[in-house]
Amino acid sequence: MNERTAVRMENITKRFGPVVANSKVSMNIHYGEILSILGENGSGKTTLMNMLAGIYYPDEGDIYVNGEAVTIASPHDAYELGIGMIHQHYKLVDVFTAAENIILGLKGESGTYNLSEVNKKVKEICDRYGFEIDPAQKVYEMSVSQKQTLEIVKVLYRGANILILDEPTAVLTPQETSKLFSILRAMRADGKAVVLITHKLNEVLELSDRVTILRKGEYIETIPTPVANEQILTEAMVGEKVTLDIDRPLPENPVKRLSVRHLTVFSDENIKALDDISFDAYGGEILGIAGISGCGQKELLEAIAGLQKIEEGGSIEYYSKDGQTRQLVGVSPREIRNLGVHLSFVPEDRLGMGLVASMGMVENMMLKDYDKGRSPFLDRTQSIKLADEVKAELDIATPSIETPVRKLSGGNVQKVLVGREIAAEPAILMSAYAVRGLDISKSYTIYNLMTEQKKKGVAVIYVGEDLDVLLALADRILVLCNGHENGILDARTAKKEEIGIRMTNLQKEAEA
Amino acid sequence: MKNENYEIPRKTVKEPLFHLVRRDELPVWRVWCIRIAAVLLGMLVSALFINGITKLNPVAVYQSMFAGAFGTPGRIWQTLKEMALLLCIAVGLAPAFKLRFWNVGAEGQILIGGLVTAAMMISFGGKIPNAILLVLMFILAALCGAVWGLIPAYFKSKYKTNETLFTLMMNYVALQLVEFFVDIWDKKQSHSVGVINAQTRDGWMPYLGGQQFLLMVIIVALLTVGMYFYLKNSKQGYEITVVGESENTARYAGISVSRVILRTIAISAAICGIAGYLEVTAVSHTISSLTAGGRGFTAIIVAWLGKFNPIAMTLITALLSFMSRGANQIASDFNFNKHASNILIGIILFFILGSEFFINYRIVFRHHAKKEEEN
Amino acid sequence: MTLTSFIAWIAAAITFGTIIMYGSVGEILTEKAGNLNLGVPGIMYLGAIASLAGAFFYENGNPDAVPWISALIAIVCALIASFLGGLLYSFLTVTLRANQNVTGLTLTIFGSGVANFFGGSLVKLSGGVGQISVSAASSAVRSTIPFLSTALGRVSEILFSYGFMAYLAIIIAVCAHYFLNRTHVGLNLRAVGENPATADAAGINVTKYKYTATCIGAMIEGLGGMYYVMDYVKGTWDTGGGLEALGWLAVALVIFTSWKPRNAIWGAYLFGFCYWVYLYIPSSIFAKLASMLGATNTTYMQNLYQMIPYLVTIIVLILVSKRKRRENQNPASLGVSYFREER
Repeated sequence: MNERTAVRMENITKRFGPVVANSKVSMNIHYGEILSILGENGSGKTTLMNMLAGIYYPDEGDIYVNGEAVTIASPHDAYELGIGMIHQHYKLVDVFTAAENIILGLKGESGTYNLSEVNKKVKEICDRYGFEIDPAQKVYEMSVSQKQTLEIVKVLYRGANILILDEPTAVLTPQETSKLFSILRAMRADGKAVVLITHKLNEVLELSDRVTILRKGEYIETIPTPVANEQILTEAMVGEKVTLDIDRPLPENPVKRLSVRHLTVFSDENIKALDDISFDAYGGEILGIAGISGCGQKELLEAIAGLQKIEEGGSIEYYSKDGQTRQLVGVSPREIRNLGVHLSFVPEDRLGMGLVASMGMVENMMLKDYDKGRSPFLDRTQSIKLADEVKAELDIATPSIETPVRKLSGGNVQKVLVGREIAAEPAILMSAYAVRGLDISKSYTIYNLMTEQKKKGVAVIYVGEDLDVLLALADRILVLCNGHENGILDARTAKKEEIGIRMTNLQKEAEA
Repeated sequence: MKNENYEIPRKTVKEPLFHLVRRDELPVWRVWCIRIAAVLLGMLVSALFINGITKLNPVAVYQSMFAGAFGTPGRIWQTLKEMALLLCIAVGLAPAFKLRFWNVGAEGQILIGGLVTAAMMISFGGKIPNAILLVLMFILAALCGAVWGLIPAYFKSKYKTNETLFTLMMNYVALQLVEFFVDIWDKKQSHSVGVINAQTRDGWMPYLGGQQFLLMVIIVALLTVGMYFYLKNSKQGYEITVVGESENTARYAGISVSRVILRTIAISAAICGIAGYLEVTAVSHTISSLTAGGRGFTAIIVAWLGKFNPIAMTLITALLSFMSRGANQIASDFNFNKHASNILIGIILFFILGSEFFINYRIVFRHHAKKEEEN
Repeated sequence: MTLTSFIAWIAAAITFGTIIMYGSVGEILTEKAGNLNLGVPGIMYLGAIASLAGAFFYENGNPDAVPWISALIAIVCALIASFLGGLLYSFLTVTLRANQNVTGLTLTIFGSGVANFFGGSLVKLSGGVGQISVSAASSAVRSTIPFLSTALGRVSEILFSYGFMAYLAIIIAVCAHYFLNRTHVGLNLRAVGENPATADAAGINVTKYKYTATCIGAMIEGLGGMYYVMDYVKGTWDTGGGLEALGWLAVALVIFTSWKPRNAIWGAYLFGFCYWVYLYIPSSIFAKLASMLGATNTTYMQNLYQMIPYLVTIIVLILVSKRKRRENQNPASLGVSYFREER
């Protein structure tokens, strides 16, 4: 294998205010290899690579590209050095076509651009590595994986020899993932340096030649993949042995709490986000919801919470503890509350939906019941008490309960949100991507909270992205495929592969 | 740079001298130090500008301006009046901006409030008791101002129609409406209404203790205090904050976004209408296209810079009123026109706007960063 | 209505439209870079007063003033002054990341203050309202194309009876259209306004683009102010604040055009048409409407007809907000300051 060094980083340090994102990190990237950068969320992987891509500028340290000391002050410098990064949040202009995005920022010889020439060159690249894109398609009409393909083509078009991909598989189906991997292997064969930022061990083991591990912003070690296994990598990544088991008691006397029938919802873009969904949720069990991100999970939970317009024929029935039945379709969130429905909802967008970022814990605690009582003024005493309780119980790190929650770390923000929702003593608790952005120990705190609620007889609906966790945490798993319900499986017996296939292939269609 | 053995790589760029970092929260006293420094700098530049045209030295400039703003009890009252009018509008705009609704239509709402007041004074002056007339005018001015604001607010809540331009255009519609009625009421073909009920003083706000503006100042002070508690402690104020911060969160919490928009803008525009009422009944006793006098725009800046905090808004209005009254004094001393005050207000505001940068960001020099690490 | 008065209406509409065409094409460029500059009226004011002052000091006491030199001086002064206005706005919003709305409004207050202050002084210097005259510059700006302006009869009256600035506005609008849609730099500029983080990652210097687009946009707006002084009010100073209303209409026109300079050409003339409707609509219609409203004097009604351009703008705004084509929306990051290291 060609061992030519593409990039050498020495003693790189980067701070954001008081937070040290990277501390004295040194590492190498070679041509003709795939290097994984492995670390948990918040370990500084992306920040480190962003400094190669010119997004951030290191506070200290030196970078050498092809053996020469360089200064990468902007993405433009990075491109000049042959470094291209595919960010987790795609850097594409929605209203532009694929071709316009590809030539963005390039200096043409004549000042004007000739799209047919661009198309020709794009086709060359596509043929070489096996991409499929339509240069005239607008980005806002593309699927997630098409956008990713476009990003990669864009970087290659600019002649990048060092490619950095930030969590490229997070939004892909297993099939799309394996396609991407074969493309990356083709690039390695072509002599390019490929860097894969990830926290998924199986990807590291499957694809990469070496793996560099970061933990809490610090460089831990670099291991050749052939000598690595999941145990070694996990230990290096986490630093201490963690039990991967989640406590899962059998459901006790499950009672039907929620019955959803023929639920159809159109998204903001007028696309059918949910198509004829039916299922039941029981108190005392966790119903996991699996699916590729953006396949209707958000709409499903929001529909139940009264935040989506439901098409005719749909029904959501709630069975209260005293034996009454309530129809939730066509009822606003406030009316749902007033009906005495004990529904808690931890939405995916914590600061943009579940909480008010500029308010402290106290005012966030009252978000759902600020209007109780007849006085036109707010009653803060209850909220202050609740905030103190939640803070103590969930061990939330905040300078004060009045500190705006946007200043808290991701894990603490989530605890504030979950704490409030649990404090409402729900009969149904829905959560979407509750552990996204959280480190392993905080994730376990959340898993345990969910299980605790289940033990109390709450019907928990848990939307997750990590199939391993879903299989270990949930009792049943509902698989969503492009807005369709594609089977409800017993989580104790289901196979991961089967769920993966159901996430992408609609069974009913296949049977028909 | 290290490794001098290497040739300077052809693609290397110059090391940036500094880069920017977002600050953590600064202590309050430092924030105010920065702002006061900005104001002082702005005042210095203003003084240099005046010096350029009048040859007055900066100290003399401010002596003269001070005399103009506070020299006699009459002048103090004039300055207070100016403050009260501006503050009233800013207080009205505060809830709208807290909602992130760019109400640029204060001018129009003021004009409509003033127009209704003038119409009532002309039609009912002397026919109903003055106290009742004053209350009626107050209510009508608030109502009509509210309607003027509700039109764009309705379309904003329904179709997300750009409210900045909508409210701006509503200003000109109001302006034409005022001109129309001025022509109708004008008996002498002079394109002006003149002082309404000059003899009878019907519909004029009474002079408390002989002071023309005292009652008005009290009303504005009450409005300011009321707005403070409304925004801070009321359930409706809470809703405004939530909707302004994130509409999704509001929907999640069960708050009806469009209802909050409509209600808040109605309140905002009603207070602007009241400002028009005050201008007509307590100050000029007439109506013209100049009744709003650009205060609707200045107040936007006051509300925004004051971050809806009534104390900050009061301080800023005090500063601006001082500058504008002072500039007018210099203008009359040196016999040039009073547009100079807009120049000075512009200069001061530019400095305050610029100073926010130093509150929110920090410049880190490359070498400085290295030193920090050693500490 | 007679043909003559209809042609006069067209001519008035085109003169009026030219001013706001400059304003809105300049603002389109600015907004394409993501800068919502509400300082358009202020910048037009700066251009107007600078051109007037420049020409005034050249012509005053100079009996041999050469018209085209005077006009050139006016143009250069307008460009410099409006450039400075744009630079100030860019510095505050791009470098210091001040709020764009508030900065723009302040610039409008400042610009109108500067213009009316010095305008008033110039009026006084020359001995009273209406006395100040930069006849040489004004005549150069208003001089029509020889031969063409008369040779074709009515057609000439409609098409060729304007000064060169009217045609320059169209040329600038067409160039801006070509620039935005066909050139690399134009593509990059649009990307800056749509998604600065993406543009930045593509190696585009966002700061430079924002500065350049705003300053060039401001200079085009400044030409509008200059045209206003030299042609619309024929080389005097209008103390009534008429330019401010035109500046706001220019901002409104930007939305009307869906941020496309091509549409600004006919859109501006349409606004001009609406603006003058009150002078050219036959008085019999006026009288009927007036009597319906109970107004005795029909001239009162003109005040109401003058609402028409604003009402039309409002209606267009509502219609625009109801149609949802992605290509016709405002640049996605309009009004938002960009900071690369924002987390």
